[in-house]
Amino acid sequence: MSLSRREFLKSSAAASAAAAMGMAVPAELEAKATEAEHGWRWDKAACRFCGTGCGIMMATKDGKIVAVKGDPAAPVNRGLNCIKGYFNAKIMYGADRLTQPLLRVDNQGNFDKKGSFAPVSWERAFDEMEFHIRKALKHAGPESVGIFASGQYTIMEGYAAQKMMKAGFRSNAIDPNARHCMASAVVGFYQTFGIDEPSGCYDDIELTDTVISWGSNMAEMHPILWSRVTDRKLTDPKKVKIISIQTYTHRTSDLADTEIIFTPNTDLAMWNYVAREIVMRDAKENIIDWDFIKKHIVFAVGPVNLGYGLRRASDKSLNPRRADGSAGKYDAKEMETIDKEMSKVVSQTEGPALEPYGYKAGDTMKNSGGTLGHWEISFAEYKKSLEPYTLDYVAKICKGNPDESLESFKAKLQELADLYIEKDRKVVSFWTMGMNQHTRGSWDNTLAYNVHFMLNKQARPGSGAFSLTGQPSACGTAREVGTFTHRLPADLMVKVPAHRKIAEKKWMIPHGTLNGVGKQHIMQIHRDIEDGLIKFAWVNVCNAYQDSASASHWIKAAREMDNFIVTSDGYPGISAKVSDLILPSAMIYEKWGGYGNAERRTQLWRQQVLPVGDAMSDTWQWVELSKRFTVDDLWGAYAPSGPRKTALPDVRKAAYAMGYSGDTTMYEILFANKIAKSYKLDQADPIQKGYDNSEGYGDSRNVVGSDGKVFKGYGFFIHKYLFEEYAAFGRGRGHDLAPFDMYHKVRGLKWPVVNGKETPWRFNVNFDPYAAKAAKGTDNEFAFYGKIAKSLKQGDLTHVTDKKKKPLPNKAKIFARPYMDPPEKPDAEYDTWLATGRVLEHWHSGTMTMRVPELYRAVPEALCYMHPEDAKKKGLQQGKLAWVESRRGRVKARVETRGRNRPPRGLVFVPWFDERIFINKVCLDATCPMSKQTDYKKCAVKIYKV
Amino acid sequence: MHKIWNSYRYLILRRFTQVSILILYFGANAWGWSLLKGNLSSSVILNAVPVSDPYATLQMLASGAAISLDLFIGAMTVTLFYSLIGGRAFCSWVCPINMVTDAANLLRRKLEINRIQGMKFPLSRNIRYWVIVLSLFVSFVMGLAAFEFVSPISMITRGIAFGLGFGWSAAVIIFLFDLFVLKDGWCGHICPLGGFYSLIGRFSLIRVFHNEENCTLCMKCKVVCPEHQVLHMIGKESLSVTSGECTNCARCIEVCDDDALEFSLRKLAENRN
Amino acid sequence: MSKREPISDRRKFIFNMARGVGIATLGGFVWSAYIDEAKASQLLLRPPGAIKEDDFLKTCIKCGMCVEACPFDTLLLAKPGDHKPLGTPYFTPRDVPCHMCTDIPCVPVCPTGALDQKSVETENKLDINSAEMGLAVIDKDSCIAFWGIQCDACYRACPLLGKAITIEYAKNERTGKHAFLKPVVHSDPCTGCGMCEHACVTQKAAIQVFPREVAMGKAGDYYIKGWDKKDDKRVKDAKAIKTRTEISKKSAIDTLNDSGDLY
Repeated sequence: MSLSRREFLKSSAAASAAAAMGMAVPAELEAKATEAEHGWRWDKAACRFCGTGCGIMMATKDGKIVAVKGDPAAPVNRGLNCIKGYFNAKIMYGADRLTQPLLRVDNQGNFDKKGSFAPVSWERAFDEMEFHIRKALKHAGPESVGIFASGQYTIMEGYAAQKMMKAGFRSNAIDPNARHCMASAVVGFYQTFGIDEPSGCYDDIELTDTVISWGSNMAEMHPILWSRVTDRKLTDPKKVKIISIQTYTHRTSDLADTEIIFTPNTDLAMWNYVAREIVMRDAKENIIDWDFIKKHIVFAVGPVNLGYGLRRASDKSLNPRRADGSAGKYDAKEMETIDKEMSKVVSQTEGPALEPYGYKAGDTMKNSGGTLGHWEISFAEYKKSLEPYTLDYVAKICKGNPDESLESFKAKLQELADLYIEKDRKVVSFWTMGMNQHTRGSWDNTLAYNVHFMLNKQARPGSGAFSLTGQPSACGTAREVGTFTHRLPADLMVKVPAHRKIAEKKWMIPHGTLNGVGKQHIMQIHRDIEDGLIKFAWVNVCNAYQDSASASHWIKAAREMDNFIVTSDGYPGISAKVSDLILPSAMIYEKWGGYGNAERRTQLWRQQVLPVGDAMSDTWQWVELSKRFTVDDLWGAYAPSGPRKTALPDVRKAAYAMGYSGDTTMYEILFANKIAKSYKLDQADPIQKGYDNSEGYGDSRNVVGSDGKVFKGYGFFIHKYLFEEYAAFGRGRGHDLAPFDMYHKVRGLKWPVVNGKETPWRFNVNFDPYAAKAAKGTDNEFAFYGKIAKSLKQGDLTHVTDKKKKPLPNKAKIFARPYMDPPEKPDAEYDTWLATGRVLEHWHSGTMTMRVPELYRAVPEALCYMHPEDAKKKGLQQGKLAWVESRRGRVKARVETRGRNRPPRGLVFVPWFDERIFINKVCLDATCPMSKQTDYKKCAVKIYKV
Repeated sequence: MHKIWNSYRYLILRRFTQVSILILYFGANAWGWSLLKGNLSSSVILNAVPVSDPYATLQMLASGAAISLDLFIGAMTVTLFYSLIGGRAFCSWVCPINMVTDAANLLRRKLEINRIQGMKFPLSRNIRYWVIVLSLFVSFVMGLAAFEFVSPISMITRGIAFGLGFGWSAAVIIFLFDLFVLKDGWCGHICPLGGFYSLIGRFSLIRVFHNEENCTLCMKCKVVCPEHQVLHMIGKESLSVTSGECTNCARCIEVCDDDALEFSLRKLAENRN
Repeated sequence: MSKREPISDRRKFIFNMARGVGIATLGGFVWSAYIDEAKASQLLLRPPGAIKEDDFLKTCIKCGMCVEACPFDTLLLAKPGDHKPLGTPYFTPRDVPCHMCTDIPCVPVCPTGALDQKSVETENKLDINSAEMGLAVIDKDSCIAFWGIQCDACYRACPLLGKAITIEYAKNERTGKHAFLKPVVHSDPCTGCGMCEHACVTQKAAIQVFPREVAMGKAGDYYIKGWDKKDDKRVKDAKAIKTRTEISKKSAIDTLNDSGDLY
C-alpha cells in the first residue's frame, strides 16, 4: 500500500465527514478509503478483446489494475476466460505507453510533416487539430474530414464521435474498422430481415444438435464459445455433429466429425448445393416447410455484375492510364487485378453458375459499382437459379485439398446436406471472417439464411444461422450506435430524410444540418486521402494503417501528401508511426464504458483506475475538440464535394432561431446542454460512489487540458448522458436498451430489453415482444418486423419486370445468389492463395497483446503456414525466412509447415497481428461491393527463398 | 607394561574417546541408541542436551540462514566447554581425522621424510585463519555453509554413521598430503575448524605446564608435537603452554622422560611461578 | 650494471599481502565454483517439512538426526559419490518411499529448523497430510492404465487415495465394452510421499515424484479463479508491473521516430 497510515486516517475521516454532511466526495478520495480498508477492490467489467463478450472482475490496488478473474455470474463465460482475457490486468502497463501528445516538428518546434515527433501540450495538440480541420473544411467541405472509427470504441466514445462528426462537422466520413469485420453480415441482416444483428443467442449452442462452422476458426477466435460447443459435443457425442467447413485445417477442425476443405470463395456454391438438395428433394421427401415459407418469406434477386469493390477507373489516383498498363499511382501489375473491377471475362468455373443470370463462360461482364438494389422473384425463378449446383459441378469447383479424392469430398457434401435436412435435427450455422471477408460476403450471408428458412430452422432455440462478430463492440458500438458512414443510431440511415429528422430532433440541431450522403466507408477514406479529397484524418481506437489491405498506398498517401493525420492510441503502433500528431488515449479500464457483444448483450463498466501519464479518454478528446468550433464555423453552406452531388444548406439561421448564437460552441450544443447537465455527479449514487470519473471531476494527475489550464472536469456525468441519449434512439424501435444504472447491476442484457426483460430469440413470438406485437391477431409463430427494404419491385432472375413496389410486412427474404470467382486467383506466376487472419494469443494488430510478455513469448512472430510439400517444391525450409509476394508488395515471414494451421497444397496462411510481418502490404483491398468489407482471405502470391 | 601405559596413556584415552564417539553415532543410527545421536556437526546427548558445531553455525549465519534456538544452545554449549575448559581438545580427542594425520606423522617419522624434505616449508600456519575468513565469505556469497560442504571431518563422521560412499577418499587425500607434501599439513596448517578451536580455546583452563628445571633439552617433545611452535619455552623457562594452537593431545607429556611436562590448570600453574 | 638495492620490508610486505589476496581469490573462486556445481542438483526429494531448497541448503547442518529418526530407512544422507548436495537428507521413493508416519518422527528432531514443524501442522497438530515433499507426475504413454490395462497400482498405494490420486473413467472405444481407469494426480493433496512410484508396476515407474518446485507451474497472481473464493487471497501478492517485450523495449518516441522500411 502506498497509502500511509496517516494518509489513511486522513482520507477515511474526510470521507465519513463528507458523507455525514451529505456532500460529494471526490471519487478518488473515497476510493482510497475503501481501498485502504480492504487492500484491494473487485469490480465487474467486460473483457477487452473479442466479440464473445466475457464478463470479468478487475482487482484494483494502489490505483492500478493488479489482477483479473472471470466473472462467475456472467452468463457467457461463467467465470472462465481464454488466455487473452487471462491477461486483461496486464494490457495497460506496457513500458512504452503513450503518455503525452506528440507532434512532428522542425527544429523551431513548428509543425513539419517531415519532422520528428516531440512532446507537446494538449493545448498545442488541439490547436493543430483545429487549424488542420479548418483547412480541410475550406479545401473540400465536411467530406474532407475523415475518421477511422472502431468496433472497440466504448458505446459512449462511439456516440460522442458520431455526434460531433455528423451533427457538428456535418461529415459522414466516419467509418469503423468493424467495416473490415462484419459489414457483410450487416448487409445480410438488412437484406434478409430488414434489421441488423442475429436472431439467436449463445444459448443455441447448448440447445442445438449440430454446429456447422463456415469459415470460422471459433476454437481460436471465440475460445469460450468453442468450449461451450465442445461441451455440447461431449454431452451427446453420438447425436451432436460438428462440421468444420474451411479453406485450411485449423484448431476448429480438431473437434469436428467432418472437415470440409474447400477452394476459397466456393462456399457460395456449397450453400447453393445444400439449397438445391432441399428444393430438388422436396417433392419426394417433403423437406420444405411450405407453411412457413408462405407466411413469412419472399424470394428475391439482384444484379450480379457488381465488381469487386476495387478502385474504379474514374478515381483520381487511377489516372492517367499509361501505355505500359500502369495508371496514376498504381503500377501495371496492380492494374491486372484492378481492371477486373470494370469488366471481366466469365470463367469456365463460374460459367455454369451464372447461366441462369444470362451469362456464360467467355462472356464479358461489364461491372457497375455495386448496388444494394434487389427485386422480388417467384419460387420457380429461385429454383432455376439453383439448377446448376449439381453434386458433380459443386464438388469439382469446391474441393480445396488436391490430395483428397473427389468421391470422399462428394460424400462429405452429401452428409452436410443430409444434416441440414434431417427432420427434427436442430442446426446452428456459425461463421466469422471467412464468410464476411469475401468479395461476395453479403451474398454469402444471405445464402446461409436461405437454407435455414426453407427448413424452418431459423430464430428457434437451438437452430439458426448465426454471424459471430470479431470485435468486442462491433455490435454494441459500431452497429448499434451506428458509427458507420451511412448509419445513425438504432438502424437509422443518413440517406433517409425521415431518419435524419429524428436524429436532428434528438440532437437539438437545426433541420437540414445532417449530411444525407454516407458513402465514405473505411476503404474509401483511405482512397479519398490518396485522391487528395480528405485532408484531415483521425484514427480512433483502431490501427487503420496496419489493418487495411494494400497498405503501402495508404501509408504513402499519409506520409507524402499534404494532409494531417492524427492517431489516438495507447501504444505506438503503425498508425501512430505514420501520423503527424499522436494523442495518448486512456485505455479500457481507465474510463467509464460499455460494450455490446455478438448476441446483443450490452455490458457496462465503471472507471477502475486513472489513466497512465497525461492520457485522456477518446470521449474527452472529442468533447474538447467540440469546444473549438462554433455554429458559424460549421453550419454554413457547403458546395458539392466528393460523393455528395448537392450543396449542404446553410442552417445558421435556423440555429439562431433555436436560441443558439453564432459563437455558441458545439460543446454547448452537443455535449454540455441542459439535458446533459441534468446527469449529476453524485457520490451518494451507489453506481458512482467511490469511483473515479476523470471526465466528470478531473483527477489527481491535474492534467493540463486543451485550454492550457488544469482540467477540472465537466461537472456532470457525461457517460451516463451519452448512453441515455443514445439509448433513447432505439427504445420503441426494436433496439430497446435498459437504463444506464441497470447495466451496473446485472451481467449484461440482450436487447431488445422490454419491461426489464431481455430477448433471447428475436422474430419468434414466443420470445420477442416485438414479434408478438407484430403477429397479433394471427396464429403466426414468427414476425420478421425489420423495416428496411420492405417493399420490392417484381421481376425474374435477370430483369425487373414490374416497377411497382409491393410491400412485404413481417416477411424475410430468400435470395438467389450465384457462385462467382474472386477478382484475383492463383495463376502461373502468383501460384498460391494467401489468407490472413488471427491467432488466439494476439488481439488484432497486437499493440496490446504483443506487450504482454507471456503472450509475446508464446507467439512472438507471425508465421507463414504452408503445406510441407509446397515448401519442399519451392525449396523452402521449415523455420527459415521466405518472401511472400503479391502484385502489391512483399514481406518476409518464417515458413511453418507444422503446427496449428495446416493448409492444403496451394494455400498459405499468414496472420496479421505482427507489425514486423506487415502482411497487409501484400493483401488486396478488394471488398464486397455491397458491404464494402475487405476480402482478406484471398489474393494470389508467390513464395520464394530469401 | 607400566612403561607402555606411561608412554601411551593419553594416546590410548584419546583413541578411546575418538572411537567411542564414532561407535555411539553408528549405534544411534543402526540400533537406535540414544546416548549420542547425530554426528559431529550437531548431536543430541541422551535425547536432551543439544550440542552443535559452532564453526558450522557461524558459517550458516554468514550464509543468511535463520538460526534455531536448539542450534544456538548447542553451539554455545560447545563453545563454552572448549573455551573455558578443553581448549583445542576437539582436535586431538574427538576429531577422527586426527587418527589419520597422526598415522601420517608417525610414518613420516619412521621413513625420515622430514629429513629428506628438510624442516623448512614455506607455508604459514596462519593459513587456517585465512581459510576461516574465506569460508565465511564464500558462505555469504553462495548462501550455504561453505566448509561444511567440503569438510573431510564431517564426511568421515557422517560416513561412519550414515554410509561412507567415496568419503574414504577424503581420508586418503589428507593422509597422503600430510605424509608426502607437508608435515602436519591438514591439522596444523589448513583445517579451519582447528583454527577456529585455536581461537576460542586460547583462554581455557586445562593447560600443559613446562617445568624448565627438569628439562634435559632432549627435544623429543618438539619432535612429536604437531604444533611444535607452541613449545617455544622448552628448556628456556617454566611456563604454561598458552597458545590456543596446542591441542592438549598430551603426546609431549608422554614422551618426556624427565617429568618436565604435565597437565595443569591455568591458575595453579601460574600460581606456581 | 646498476647497483642492486636490497628489497625493502615495505615491498616484501606489499608482495606478501598481494600474494595472500591473490591466493585467497583463487581459492574462493574454486571453492565457490565447486559448491555451485555441487548444490545444483534439483531433483532431490527432501524429508517432510523441508523448507525451500535454497534455504534448506543453508539451514541443514547435515547432522542426520532425521535419518536416524526415520523408522522405515526412507531417508538417507547424501554421501560423496551420490551426486547430491553432500550430507543433506533425501529419499528415493522407488527404493523406499515415505510412509507418511502420523507422528512424523523425522521433523521434530531437526535442530536447525531446516525441517519446519509448523509446515507439517494443521491447527497446531502434526499432520503428515500437509507435507509437501514433491508431486507425482504421470507419463501417460508408459502408464499401462492409459492402455486400458486394469492397473491402478498407484491409486491403491496412495495413502490419500481418492484425494491425491483419483480415477478418471473413460470409454474404451476400441473394445466397445470396457473402460479406461486412468489415474489423475491432484497437486494440492499430493504430498510426494512416493508410495505410487514405489508401487508402479512398469519397468521404470510411469508415475514419478519430483520436487514441487520442479514439477509445478505457477499461474501468476494477475489472474484469480473467479469461481473459487479461496483463491482471492492471491490478490495480496498481485502487483501492477510495467511490462516489456521486444516490441516495447524502446521508448515510445524512439519507436515512432524510427520509420524503418515502413515508408
